[in-house]
Amino acid sequence: MSAKIRRLVTMLDETHLEMGRDIVPPTRRAAAIAVIVNPFAGVYQADLEALMAIGEELGDLLGRRAVAALGIAPGAAESYGKAAIVGEAGELEHAAAILHPRLGKPLRAAVEKGAALVPSAKKMGGPGTPIDVPLGHKDAAYVRSHFDAMEVRLNDAPRANEILVAVVVTDSGRPLPRIGGLTKDQVEGKDGLR
Amino acid sequence: MNINGIEIRKFATFIEEIFHEGGPVASKPLKMGAIAAVIRNPFAGRYEPNILPMMDQLRPLGLEMSKRLARALGGDLTAIEGFGKGAIVGAAGELEHGALWHVPGGYAMRDLLSNAKAIVPSTKKIGVPGTRIDIPVTHINAAYVRGHFNAMEVGLSDAPRADEMMLVLVMTTGPRIHNRVGGLKASEIKGEDGLR
Repeated sequence: MSAKIRRLVTMLDETHLEMGRDIVPPTRRAAAIAVIVNPFAGVYQADLEALMAIGEELGDLLGRRAVAALGIAPGAAESYGKAAIVGEAGELEHAAAILHPRLGKPLRAAVEKGAALVPSAKKMGGPGTPIDVPLGHKDAAYVRSHFDAMEVRLNDAPRANEILVAVVVTDSGRPLPRIGGLTKDQVEGKDGLR
Repeated sequence: MNINGIEIRKFATFIEEIFHEGGPVASKPLKMGAIAAVIRNPFAGRYEPNILPMMDQLRPLGLEMSKRLARALGGDLTAIEGFGKGAIVGAAGELEHGALWHVPGGYAMRDLLSNAKAIVPSTKKIGVPGTRIDIPVTHINAAYVRGHFNAMEVGLSDAPRADEMMLVLVMTTGPRIHNRVGGLKASEIKGEDGLR
């Protein structure tokens, strides 16, 4: 099954100044968002295979669009995250079916590698509901400078029978990291943690 | 209130009890709990290069919040299966101030929950009074347990003011109420690396 997509949105967020200090080069985060029709809106469906297949499609589509928005080679991506908001006629598990079983593999292909868990968030919501997409380094979850989140929101989604799915990719960490911990140049990138 | 030099204006605790979400009623309801502490941001309004000392200073507050939250969820530490954390920094602060919460928030919960193995998932943002934040949740011993991936939205109408930070911890007592998308189960955890 393929996703019935109503909207595709890309947001590129560049921070050039933080607390009065120049950020050169700017830190950058890109969100690629799809608003799709929820095939199971209004019904309790035991088998969520159709949504898992949609997750696989969207991992590829949104992963590539986020990387393209940053204008970088896939290997230059540094952190990532994913999230979904389910419209009120659906259930939270619909977000889980999209996000967890199959979305990760094509997303990792889009950013080259990706040894670390893709951090995620999910919720129920209506049009205009914001969601914070958690972010972590793509190869080593403990890189402290890359713990972050990006808030995304669409004024008209998700409607009751829709699901909003967001993938965020960055080419950088927080603007002024200075709380110690594992740094990106110390990453071994084997176990996904360090 | 003051804990180890951290000025606290208020605590807020939220408990959700979920019985079903349109599907079969679960035999055991899922409880999701959050605690928020609204504290003064000592670095508001200026760029302070050395903010690290505050990280250790926050540790007792982290522990106090973990204990309060566990108590609000019934007090049985073995019932806690998922966790997460986050911070909203008031408008006169900087995103990096929120990052100070990683170590004290994470370690406090892991210590209280008998050295839970998994990394504590997190989010942070800048916000104003009324801003809400989604706190991501994963299993406390194995981050890849699929049924426990979740999130809880938290916010307060009166915080954070410009010179404040809102620090948040979340704990849950089980998987999503209608979890059925396969993957690693809590019963299959090896619990060695924090992942599986």
